[in-house]
Amino acid sequence: MRVANRLVPLLLVVAALMYLRAPFMIHAAPLESVMGVVQKIFYFHVPSAMMTFLAAFVCGIASATYLWNRNKFADHVAVSAAELAVVFGLIVLVTGPLWARKAWGVWWQWDVRLTMTLVMWMIFVAYLLLRRFGGPGSEILAAAVGVFGTALVPFVYVSVNYWRTIHPNTNVLRTLQPEMAEPFRWAILAFLMFFTALLIVRIRLEASRAVLEEAYALLED
Amino acid sequence: MSTLRSALLIARKDLLVEARSRELAYTTLFFAVACVLVFSFAFVSEGKAIDGAAAGILWVAVAFSGTLALGRAFERERQSETLRALLLAPAERTAVYLGKLAGLLVLMAAVEIVIVPVIGLLFAAPIGRAPWLLAALLGAGTLGFAGVGTLFAAMLVRAHSRDVLLPVLLYPITVPVIIAGVRGTGAIFAAEPNFDAAVAWLSMLVFFDAVFVTLALWTFAPVMEE
Repeated sequence: MRVANRLVPLLLVVAALMYLRAPFMIHAAPLESVMGVVQKIFYFHVPSAMMTFLAAFVCGIASATYLWNRNKFADHVAVSAAELAVVFGLIVLVTGPLWARKAWGVWWQWDVRLTMTLVMWMIFVAYLLLRRFGGPGSEILAAAVGVFGTALVPFVYVSVNYWRTIHPNTNVLRTLQPEMAEPFRWAILAFLMFFTALLIVRIRLEASRAVLEEAYALLED
Repeated sequence: MSTLRSALLIARKDLLVEARSRELAYTTLFFAVACVLVFSFAFVSEGKAIDGAAAGILWVAVAFSGTLALGRAFERERQSETLRALLLAPAERTAVYLGKLAGLLVLMAAVEIVIVPVIGLLFAAPIGRAPWLLAALLGAGTLGFAGVGTLFAAMLVRAHSRDVLLPVLLYPITVPVIIAGVRGTGAIFAAEPNFDAAVAWLSMLVFFDAVFVTLALWTFAPVMEE
């Protein structure tokens, strides 16, 4: 963890520089033939979505570890990842409709990826609500929610997929032209570094909070 | 004593308490009927329900009344600290979960037996078209809903603001159940019924039940530890 803490400033600086260069790369990338300039939001929308699901996955694994091993560190990781899932999920849910309004003519469609992202986002908001208002002992309950939330992903995907879909599918990513793929990969990397830095800082904060809480409890006894 | 036998005893205890007071059965049932009524004002125009409304209203009524029953069933255990006694009993934790789940399933089934004819009556829904398929969809959906719900209601017994947290947690997680239930039932009720689609949704529900009841059995013991 100490090494990870030392990494934070480096990650933040590199991420900041990458974010600064990203707009120029995105500007230089060719215009998409049908959607035109609207498509450019894709370079931020998709990496945010990837971070959301990465965060959800991290939260699920950490929650399971905490649930069965009662490892405090795992709990700190779980709550930090859940918060990041909500933050990056919000970016996805805001940038998505901005694009959809131009591309599909509507803000929202009950499509598989949209619905799944919304449901996942709601589960992590519920997770945070439970931790915030559940009172003492709610971290164990939240861990169960984290495990269930992560196990749910394939079900929501299959059920909504069978129901309806119009979202561009993941094949788009593999058939991306090189001029578009380069800024896209750049954006993913920038997001990943920023995400990692935030996660480490948030875990550190959570650990300090736990120590402080223990100290208060000792003081009261 | 085997797990199954303990579970049956717990379910029997719950149903006996319920049979004496009938509090849950009456209130949940009336609540479900009230739900149907409220939704009928939203989805009936010029004397006719919009397409697919009957299936949707049926499942919303099941989900809402199920949440109410789940909350009350555990509130009853909390009031006199009987849940702790139940957990201290020399029975496996999984038996407690299974017993509670069985009791709730019987209760929700009783509500559904009344609600389905009411929907058929008020929305002219063809409930007799494929009764076994409809019953299977309702059974599998209820199991999935109550399977997750029993775990969450049980673990929220010790939490603050449990009344509002239960639906907040339960609805997003049971989204696949609601989608599959509504679509499957809708496929039966449609003007041109599609039984293959209903069977496909049913199989998804069964799969959901298998995964999530197993997961709930697995998480119940660590979650209920003090």
